[in-house]
Amino acid sequence: MSHKVLLNEKEVNIILHRLACQLIEKHGKFKNTALIGLQPRGVYLADRLAKILSENYNIKNIPLGYLDITFFRDDFRRGEKPLEANKTKINFLVEDKNIVFIDDVLYTGRSIRAALTAIQSFGRPNEIELLTLIDRRFSRHLPIQPNYRGRQVDVINNEKVRVNWKERDNEDSVYLIEN
Amino acid sequence: MSELSVNHLLGIKYLNKADIKLIFETADHFKEVINRPIKKVPSLRDITIANLFFENSTRTKLSFELAEKRLSADVINFSSAQSSVKKGETLIDTVNNILSMKVDMVVMRHPNPGAGVFLSKHVNASIVNAGDGAHEHPTQALLDSYSIREKLGEVGGKKVVIVGDILHSRVALSNIFALQLQGAEVMVCGPKTLLPKYINELGVKVETNLRKALNWCDVANMLRVQNERMDISYFPSTREYTQQFGVNKALLESLDKEITIMHPGPINRGVEITSDVADSNQSIILDQVQNGVAIRMAVIYLLASKIKQ
Repeated sequence: MSHKVLLNEKEVNIILHRLACQLIEKHGKFKNTALIGLQPRGVYLADRLAKILSENYNIKNIPLGYLDITFFRDDFRRGEKPLEANKTKINFLVEDKNIVFIDDVLYTGRSIRAALTAIQSFGRPNEIELLTLIDRRFSRHLPIQPNYRGRQVDVINNEKVRVNWKERDNEDSVYLIEN
Repeated sequence: MSELSVNHLLGIKYLNKADIKLIFETADHFKEVINRPIKKVPSLRDITIANLFFENSTRTKLSFELAEKRLSADVINFSSAQSSVKKGETLIDTVNNILSMKVDMVVMRHPNPGAGVFLSKHVNASIVNAGDGAHEHPTQALLDSYSIREKLGEVGGKKVVIVGDILHSRVALSNIFALQLQGAEVMVCGPKTLLPKYINELGVKVETNLRKALNWCDVANMLRVQNERMDISYFPSTREYTQQFGVNKALLESLDKEITIMHPGPINRGVEITSDVADSNQSIILDQVQNGVAIRMAVIYLLASKIKQ
């Protein structure tokens, strides 16, 4: 197994600020916009973006939720491992809101497909956009593309992209792991 | 641990502590789901479940059916009153006929103890025991413990008394197994005639004085007197039973602490508990019913994830 650094802490930080600015460019004061981090790993990115928007750009009280898609996945009973659920925490109505899904890596697009179904349990959003830190190009199984992307990478199928966050893994970094 | 150690839920006796923990954690997620505006998830859309009820039931049957539908499973219902069982068909034949219609899981209530275990050895489907005679009723015990955990924070170390007709109760046996597995202390309380002969061997305390039992416990689980299972008289009259083993408001208020009251239903109001107790803040009877759906969703979900495609 070999590791290759795709992004170091400084690069991650620059990208996060750029993504925050791109969100502001589109959503302004976030009057009718909510951020939804996808469980399990998208929530760190969502937290971080909300923090940057609040501390550096003074946009406070953006509705922020976490969405778990476990029960909406299309690979129940197909994988080797049983699926483990995480907490969904959405304490606002998504009805008529502009929603931004936030996830760390976009790969096949199946998680996003599940999230699109899952969010319907909370109402009918006006619009849904997708923000990902890493976009694995040429590996999509479904016609899904991000509206905001941190970095696009070309990765072959037996390689894995691993995003680390300080809150959980003690460093901000993105690795390419070869099996 | 994210997988049950068993392929069927036949009784609490066959589960371990980690299984119960996993079921409760999964039920937490489903409890959140059933409180959403849209209470349905698509997880089990390729699973078909047969509910076979060879004995009457309202709450358990509705609860299972709702749990299955909230998970998007296809559901077929069967009750023996309107079926070929009356024409002399055997249990295995009945179930195999149903399974040949491509059913993945069977939820069964049956008047004979061990019916679920018997079936699990002879047919190729996941079996969930929804009550077998006076033997076990595992999902009821799970939802009872889950409700205690929700109300009191944890089950371990708590003192629970089961009051009433222990002899004819499948709820009592499953509850004793489940509570002991989680480290709770269990007492049974009832007229001597309604306590099984070898109850001591289960490692529970036995008490025939209701006031003493209530003073000892944190939670009292009140059972119904199962008149339909009684072939002889076990106590002189319902009135006398109520006087000795019925819980009323005055009795609860005379205790030096506030205990939690549970009841698996159906309630005989005015017999084992009075209406003012059943409807009081101390009672978590309706929480039990709500938790029943979440627990059954968790059990079905976890068992279904072990069915190979």
